[in-house]
Amino acid sequence: MSSSTTTGRPQFNGSMRFLHWLMAAMVLTMLGIGVAMVASLGNYHLLVSIHRPLGIAILIVVVIRFVNRHFSTLPPFPPTMSSQERFVAHASEVLLYTLLFVLPLIGWGMLSAARYPIVLFGSLHLFPILPHSVMLYAFLRRTHTILAYLLFLAFIAHFGAILFHTLVVRDGMLSRMAPWRARAR
Amino acid sequence: MPSDSIAPTEEQSAPLTGRSRLVRLGGVGVVILCVVGGFLYLGGWLSPNALTPGRFVDEFERMGGIHSGFRRNHAKGVCVRGFFDSNGQGARLSKAVVFRPGRVPVIGRFSLGGGDPHVTDDLSTVRGLGLQFSLPDGEEWRTAMVDLPVFPFKDPRAFYDNLLASQPNPNTGKPDPEKMAAFAASHPETVQALAIIKSHAPSSGFDNAAYYSLNAFRFVRADGASTYVRWTLVPVQPYGAGTGASQDKNFLFDELIASIHQHPLQWRLLMTVAQPGDPTDNATILWPEGREQVDVGMLTLDSVESEETSPARDINFDPLVLPAGMAPSNDPLLSARSAIYSQSFTRRAGETKEPSEITPSEVRK
Repeated sequence: MSSSTTTGRPQFNGSMRFLHWLMAAMVLTMLGIGVAMVASLGNYHLLVSIHRPLGIAILIVVVIRFVNRHFSTLPPFPPTMSSQERFVAHASEVLLYTLLFVLPLIGWGMLSAARYPIVLFGSLHLFPILPHSVMLYAFLRRTHTILAYLLFLAFIAHFGAILFHTLVVRDGMLSRMAPWRARAR
Repeated sequence: MPSDSIAPTEEQSAPLTGRSRLVRLGGVGVVILCVVGGFLYLGGWLSPNALTPGRFVDEFERMGGIHSGFRRNHAKGVCVRGFFDSNGQGARLSKAVVFRPGRVPVIGRFSLGGGDPHVTDDLSTVRGLGLQFSLPDGEEWRTAMVDLPVFPFKDPRAFYDNLLASQPNPNTGKPDPEKMAAFAASHPETVQALAIIKSHAPSSGFDNAAYYSLNAFRFVRADGASTYVRWTLVPVQPYGAGTGASQDKNFLFDELIASIHQHPLQWRLLMTVAQPGDPTDNATILWPEGREQVDVGMLTLDSVESEETSPARDINFDPLVLPAGMAPSNDPLLSARSAIYSQSFTRRAGETKEPSEITPSEVRK
């Protein structure tokens, strides 16, 4: 797939844009559920029941995204980005991919170490990936929280940078990843 | 990774004037603030007085102290193993694998209510039994029961308010009678539940006590039909009222250990089936007499172990670890119990494990 057309602005290809917005919806939902469930009594069980399978779904989608990205041609950075900005954008992309891969794995691992059954739907459940150790659970549980806050901050930085470029620099940054087809102005 | 080449000819929008740039920058800031605010709202940071699992466990810790590595409630305990023989009758109520005819291994823990892991045994202290059934398909059923036929509080708020009202006065060492009276006046369901509890004299030991699920659960059959049930473990060991004669600190646990060394202990698992209109969301109310009871099988506990050597110490007997075919009812206590048990589990998990009151040598006697 080409990353741009002769008539349009440079854009990520259709599959990349689809996976990006699918992931965005999943991750935003996940961050909201994660932070709400630990403070909730009445909705705790419902939220945990969504959190677990959604986390595994994110793990699957991030792997698909990573592979898809590898086989896709990427559009060039817009000329409005300085080389420092390009470096930061690249680093934050690496950070986001890493967190989206590691956070579900830690979740799976911490439930394994605590010997909670890792139920997805009905009787479908995952096998434990770590030995029963509550000390290990405690460490992973804390790490899960810290990395989740880091993910939230990385998301805010990403979101803020795109808004800044789109609304203040006005270089059409959002159109690169827009769900619709970008057209030249 | 993206190449650094310059993008194809692309029209730039005309630069903004200083003022309009500032307005747009402000707009970006407001949007970011709204997202952060929404996140803080969801996480409960904007409602500091809301009841959360953390605040609940804080209250348990204030009442019972923090004892490193121990449960924040039902801290004193001993672990057991055995099995459950299902007679197949439960399949009438639920498709859960545990109700197919056959035997599944069980691990569990007997406990006394309260946050002190070294408390002196007393007949009037609430006794608990947590069980984990390991099903052949890898699913689990966990349940945490007590020897009370009803629970004194209808929801987590009532439970929490009672914890606050029963705080001992630092001068007298006793709860403030006025606060207790005010709580009772505003919670008639608690007064009624306590009357039911008082009418059941506690048995002489762990082994001849009945244990109750308290909350209702929704059972789903293979054909999709669902019913509400509560369950009871009814001891095969004959009931005997406690005399309270023993002054020994661990007499309840020592008698349990001696008893299980003599012969395996057994309980029948009875499912009480609700009729339409029976309250499923209020554990303070007994269902009417004469409700159908289905005997679904026999629990046998045949070995006992100190917490220090048993994996049961590190199991959270979360009442919402349920196999397919069993689901929570609309009782608000259930989700709250799950949340609070998890909070207690997470706190104690990372702490150094101090010796249990019931030591490995005590269990071998």
